[in-house]
Formats: sequence, structure tokens, C-alpha cells
Amino acid sequence: MIQIFIHLLVLLIFPPLLPGVVNKTKALFAGRTGAPFFQLYYDIFKLMKKGMVISSTTTWVFTVAPVITLSCVLIAGLIIPIGNAPSCIFFTGDFLVFTYLFGLARFFTTAAALDTGSAFEGMGSSREVTFASLIEPALFFAFIVLVKLTGSLNLSGMVKAGSAIQYHTGSIASLVMIILGLYILFLAENSRIPVDDPNTHLELTMIHEVMVLDHSGPLLGIIEYASAMKFFVIGSILINIVISIFSITGWINYIVFIAGMLILSFVVGVTESIMARLKMSRVPSLLISSILLCGSSFIILLR
Amino acid sequence: MIMIFLILSGLSILFISGVPALFFSSSSEKGHYVTVFLVVLGSITGCIGTAFSFATDIPPTLIISWTIPLGNFAVAVDKLSAFFLIPVFIIPALGSIYSLGYWKQKEHTANGQKLGFFFGTLAGSMALIVIAHDGILFLIAWESMALSAFFCLTTEDHKKEIRDAGFVYFVCTHIGTLILFIMFILWNSTTGSFILTQTQTLSKQTTGIIFIFAFIGFSFKAGFIPFHVWLPDAHANAPSHVSAVMSAVVLKMGIYGIIRFSGLLMVSEPWWGIVLLCVGAITGLSGIVFAFSQTDFKRILAYSSIENIGIIGMGIGLALLGRSYAKPELVILGMGGAFFHVLNHSFFKALLFFNSGAVIHATGTQNIELMGGLAKKMPFSAFMFIIGAVAISALPPLNGFVSEWLLYLGFFKSIEPSTTSNITLIALAAVVLAMIGTLALATFVKMYSIVFLGSPRSEMKNHSHAPALSMKIPMFVLAGFCIITGILPVLVTPLLDGAISAWTAYNPDSLVISKLIPLHFITATGLLLIAIVIIIIVLYKKASTPYKTIKGITWDCGYTKPTPRMQYTGTSFAQIITQLFSFILLPKISKTSQLQHFPEKTHFHYTVADLILSRLVYPVLYFIRKLFFRMYIFQQGQPNLYVLYIIVMVLLLFIFGGIGVDL
Repeated sequence: MIQIFIHLLVLLIFPPLLPGVVNKTKALFAGRTGAPFFQLYYDIFKLMKKGMVISSTTTWVFTVAPVITLSCVLIAGLIIPIGNAPSCIFFTGDFLVFTYLFGLARFFTTAAALDTGSAFEGMGSSREVTFASLIEPALFFAFIVLVKLTGSLNLSGMVKAGSAIQYHTGSIASLVMIILGLYILFLAENSRIPVDDPNTHLELTMIHEVMVLDHSGPLLGIIEYASAMKFFVIGSILINIVISIFSITGWINYIVFIAGMLILSFVVGVTESIMARLKMSRVPSLLISSILLCGSSFIILLR
Repeated sequence: MIMIFLILSGLSILFISGVPALFFSSSSEKGHYVTVFLVVLGSITGCIGTAFSFATDIPPTLIISWTIPLGNFAVAVDKLSAFFLIPVFIIPALGSIYSLGYWKQKEHTANGQKLGFFFGTLAGSMALIVIAHDGILFLIAWESMALSAFFCLTTEDHKKEIRDAGFVYFVCTHIGTLILFIMFILWNSTTGSFILTQTQTLSKQTTGIIFIFAFIGFSFKAGFIPFHVWLPDAHANAPSHVSAVMSAVVLKMGIYGIIRFSGLLMVSEPWWGIVLLCVGAITGLSGIVFAFSQTDFKRILAYSSIENIGIIGMGIGLALLGRSYAKPELVILGMGGAFFHVLNHSFFKALLFFNSGAVIHATGTQNIELMGGLAKKMPFSAFMFIIGAVAISALPPLNGFVSEWLLYLGFFKSIEPSTTSNITLIALAAVVLAMIGTLALATFVKMYSIVFLGSPRSEMKNHSHAPALSMKIPMFVLAGFCIITGILPVLVTPLLDGAISAWTAYNPDSLVISKLIPLHFITATGLLLIAIVIIIIVLYKKASTPYKTIKGITWDCGYTKPTPRMQYTGTSFAQIITQLFSFILLPKISKTSQLQHFPEKTHFHYTVADLILSRLVYPVLYFIRKLFFRMYIFQQGQPNLYVLYIIVMVLLLFIFGGIGVDL
């Protein structure tokens, strides 16, 4: 019971800190002081108290999309395991529900972007669906590897910390490869450099930010909150796999998990600082390389 | 036995449902009402019979000796037949109700009665196919369905493109039937009769050959690539309720054939499953890529039907592999997913085709690039479409997700560490299915958004009327089915279990879907999702009321005069994917390149023709035709020349007969 409580608490409160860490890291590299760690919390609170401008072209899809996105990410967050406890919801095949919830969120986000009738947002949603369909096979290859290693058909069993005992020797190579592949997936899904640049607002080069160009006020606040939570949820899969390699169990797991998430954000910040965003036509190659990494790890496992 | 009579009388009523209308005046609605009444009556009778046959464990069989040579009038309703009877009875009834508003007799005096007549025979013959227990009866019903479908889809036969589409369909369906003839002859010569019962004594070679003929013959109907060539044009040109029935039920008759015959042939080899898995994967992936690149409302839906047939094929392949390697859970999950998807696809695809009729009626075009902003004028259609779109993209909490979830679990079950490595590669199908899923999502986001969202891209005809009540009811019912079976799949799984036990020899009590996987969690997650959405909306309403909301124009980065022409179109939305897949799409692009200093009038034209039809079938046929031109030397059209041929032939016969050569 207490574990469920901690899970909810971490899931609801912790995520907006992570983009703060990323931005602080980037500021560190650029020699700036940077925005405070808690900037996103202030932003969300401020946005919740603002009025809105809604385009007269739009329909109910535009208003409902952020809500559905947040709900989907929230339920996906209940499916991932945090710390040493299995997740709040776990059942055979929950990882598919997890994946398809992001699909539902994507359906409504992209439809809402096209709802405005703006060419910019159309461009963003076109890229979003395209890149999603290129990255999805990588995720499923990773799932296949995890199922093969652990024999478990639920996400908690697949990535849960402490399951290292089940990994047979020689599986570390596969695990490292899917961690690399999933890191690319993580960057792409969360619209980070080198796939997308969250800072360039009015350019033709971005994906996620351009789709939410017309949302303002509380709706934008919900979107910011949901994308921070998505950062947390997808990142936690990565961190859980890493932790499971080191066979850490018990309550210390929570601390290791939180530390892992902060380190992940730091690594994202470093990646963003030392890399430029890829040319849009080169992005598919990067995504396909993630498929190749995860696919090859499956082949290594079968040898 | 009562259920057989109920089903038979239901299908007889369907068969003759269009007849009374022929006696009414062609400009009065009365005949149309009689037809619809009879179709609904027949369907209800049939549905009651179907419900009864799910309740009995011993399949009732009725054999009447028949004076027609070769066969008996033998029908049997096992649970596999009963399962396929569900869409066969439901969808045509809804289509018929839909036609009251969509194909008004008053507006279509020339062809309304004809369409009503063949629509009834189409529905009746499909019901007969599903319950036929004798090869000859099966073929008669099959041919009757093929011809009725032909006359239904060529309803407006004064238009050339419709005649062309009908012709391609006609040729394809008969090639398929021809292959089925061979299959049934083989069946008769190896088993000794035309009765369709399970065979355990045949050799592997024999069953393999029969299976290949059955698979190819039925694939022409089901639409597996490369046998799908008739499908896109036929669906795009038929009246919308006919397209709905074609896509939702007629294609499933091909699937029924494959399932039925793979079940009857008990002796099988692993390659059967591998063939179906691979063909299904290729069909699914290329079907959805083609769907994404199209711009015609109904062609997109047609290609998406091909994709869904591919998914069903993958499920059957998984089940066949499970049977070969004695893995009951793969059989249950593969077949269960395939059956569930058959049902789901018939619900949401019929819903989307009914919707296409309403939209095309209102806008006067099928080209989605000319549409836009329809959600404001047709909110009901838009809402129904988004339900269909979410369901067909396999997203929770609707029904499409549940059937694909079963399939995914089947694929993942094959890689558990306990399993031997020879079936591990099945798991790769999960990757393909994932890619199909995301592309389906992209396709239906594109469709919904380009058609219903944004602002109108052209001066559409815009009756801007909401569809008639008779068109709304069928859509509403189907949307209801999509939601209910998505949230409560436990309602459907007993039917799936029954159909699986009829297909295979496994004991239905020992392994059922609901024991194998936690379906109640799907219900719980679905309800939780809905609950959280409602809670957040309520909280949001409360939080945002004190602050004002202003209506404005779309923020286009400081540009204050956006025009509808600046919006993204379907083609531009699909551009990156079509470029990546241009090696199979082979798009034809015609555009002017801007070389001068001052802008000139430019154009950009982009079409994707069907790969197999335009690059393989037509070139080969044209080549054959060219070869036959050489025969013109002998065919001069002069009677005296033909008389000469006869004399020469007779003389040759005399000569050869005289020297004792047998000709």
C-alpha cells in the first residue's frame, strides 16, 4: 500500500524537475547560470492561471487532446515499476497497453495540431507520425529481447530491478545494445536533440513544439506537465533496465532509481550540449540505427 | 435442428428480399421499405438461429438428397459457421437500413430496384456459403455471391470507370473460383466425396497441395497481396453501403474459406503457417503503406481493408504454426485474435464506409484533398468517424486494440525461454505488427484531420446537411459495438472459444481465452482511462472558468491572413513516408520546376497507382494481347476462308484416320 502511495507521489510530483536538470546542465556547458531547477513547476502554475486564445478553426479535438494525452501518460506511468515494488497495475501483456496508450496520445496530439489548419502544425504532426512509425519497431525488438531474457510478459517483470538473476551469462551485450537503442528512442519520443529541438520555437525544424503552437494557458500547462511525465515514464524503463544489471534490491532501490533519473537527465543535457540537431532528412537514419541496434541484440541472443 | 431451419428461412428471406420491390413503381419508396423490412426480418431470424447454435455443442447437420448430380443439399452449423454468421446477418441488415437514406429509390429510379435485389441475394448467398457442408453447394453459393457482388458494385454501370472496376473484379473472382474448382476436384478424388468433414487419413503431400489451391483460390476473394488487384477500384466505385458489405463481409468469406479448409485438413506441416504469416505480414505492411499514400476517401479505406486482412492472415499463420508444433496457447491466441479481428474489422470498417457515404453525399467529391472542416457542419459524422478511426488504429479502449493485443501476446508467447528456438522467429511478426499499427494510426489521423478538421480546402458542394436518420442509426449501432466489445471483450470471448474449438480438436474447456490472459484488466484499464479523462476535464473546467477564453485566428507565426490553401494536405502529410517507401509505391510525380527569375504558374501532381495491377498484371496482359494479334492472319473475317479451314480440317482428319493415327 505504502509502495503504491510512493509510486503515485513520485509519478505526480517528480517529473517536472527533470527538464530543469536538463536545462541546468545545458546552462553549465554554455557557461550560464540558467533557469532554476524548479522552473517548470513555476511555468505550469503560472499557465494554469492564464486566459486562453483558442483558434476559431478548431473543434473539441483541440481542447480534449491535451487531457487525453495526460491521462494516457498517467496510466502508462502506473504500469511502469518504480523502486523495488512492482507497478500499481501489472498483468500479462501490460507492456502492449503501455505502448498503445502512447499511440492514443499521439493520435489526439497530431489530430489537434491539424485541427488548427496551420501549415506549421501540419508539418509537425506529419513528422511526429512518421518518426513514431520508424521508432516503434525498435521498441518491440527491445521488448522481444526482454521477454526472451526474463520470460515475463508484463513490464514489471521485464524491466524490474533485481531480476538480474534471471539473465543468463552472455546477455549483457544484448542488454547494452537495447539500452543504446532505447536511449535513441527516448530522445526521439521526448523530442530532444538530435531528433528535435525543444528550444527553437518558430522554425521549420521542430516536431513537438510546433504541434502545440496554438495551445495556450491551462491547455499548454497540461501539455508541459504531460511531456515532463512522458520524459519520466519512458526514461524510467531505461533506468530500470540499467539498475537490474547491478542487482540492487530493497528500499535503497528508490534512491538508486531517483538518482538514476537525475543522471539520465544530466546525460540528456550533455548530449544536447555537445551535439547539434540533425538535418531533418537525416533523422530517419538515426531512428533506423536504433532499430538495427535492438534488432541485432535479438540476433546476438539467438546465436 | 430448429436453428438450422431458422437460419435457412432467414437466408431465404434475404435471398428474395428484393423481389417484391420489383412489382412496385420505380419512382415510389414503398418497394424500398418492403425490401428493407424483409432484409431486417431475415437477419433477425438468422441471428436467432445463430444464437441458438452457439448454445449447442453438437453441430446440427441437415442433408437433403438432391436431384442435381454430384452433390447433396447438405448444411451444417458448427460454431465456426455460427461465428461467421454474425457479421453476415448484422452488416447487410444495417447496410439495408442505411440505403433508405443513402440510395433513395426516388433519386435512383434506374437502378434502385436492381441494387435491392442483388443486395439481398448477396447477403443470402454469403449465409449459405458459411453453412454449406457440401462442396458443390459451397461452389454454387460462392458463385452466386460473386455474381451478386458484381451486380451490386456495378450499380451505376453507365459510368466507364465503374464498368472497368467491375470487369477487373469479375475476372479476378472467376480465376479464384477456377482454382477452387481444382481444389474441390482434388478433395473429391482423395476423400471420395464432396462432404466437408475433417480428414485425418490423407498424406502430407495431398493435404499440402489441397491447401495451396484453397489458399490461392480464397485469397482472390480475401485480398491477400498479390491477389488484391480488384479490391481498391471495386471498393472505391461501389455505392457506400455495398462497399461496406464488401469490405466487412465479402472479404471475410475468403478468410472463412482459408480457416475452414485449414481446419478440415488435419494433417499439416509447419510451412503452411509460415506461408500465411509471411503473406499476411507483407499484405499488412504494404496494404497500409498504400493506404497512407492515397487521396481518395474510399480507396484509403479499401487499402486499409487489405491491411486488416493481412493482420488476420498473420493470426491464422500463428495458429497453424501452433498446431504444427503442438502449442495450444499459440493456437488459441492466434485463432482467437484472427476471429476477433474478423468481427472487429467488420464493425469498424462498415462504420467508416457508412461514414464515407455520408461525407461524399454532402461534399460531392471523394478526394480528401478538397475537403476540410467538415466537423463543424457534420458533428455526428465526425464523432462516428473518430470512433472508427481510433478503433481501426488499434488504440485502447476500443475493440481493435483487443484483437491485436491477443495476436501480440501470441507472438510474444513464442519466445518465452521455455520454448524451443525453432519458433522463436515468429516473434518478428510482432515487430511488423507494431509498424503496421503506427502506420495505420498515421493513415487515420491523416484521414480524420484532412476531412473533418481545419478549414474547407475548396468550394465543396456542401449540402452541409446532417445525414438522414436512417443513415445515422447503423453508424450509431456499429460505434456502440466498437465501444462495448472494446471495453468488455469477455462478452465476445465465449464465441471465439466456440469457434476455435470447432476449428481445432483441442478440448474447449481446458484452454479458453479468458483463462489464458487477463481480459478483465483490459476492461479495468479502459474504464480507468475514461475515468481519468473525465476527472481531468472536470478539474480543468473548474480551474479555468475564472479566466477568460478568447477566440482568435490560428497563430501562424505572425502571419495574420492564413488561407485554407496554406494548410497541410493529405499528400504533404504523407510525404516523408511515401518518399521512404517509394521503392514499392513507385509514385508518379508531375511538377513544373521553377527555373525563371519570376514566378510562373506551377502545378504539382502526385498519384500512386496499384503496384501489382499497373506494373505486373496490365503489362503481362498487354503483352499476351500483342502476341495474339499475330493470329489475325488466320482471322480475316471472310466466310469463304473459314469454309476453306473446315475443308482442310476434314481432309486432315480423313488422311490421319485413313493411316490409323488417333487424333
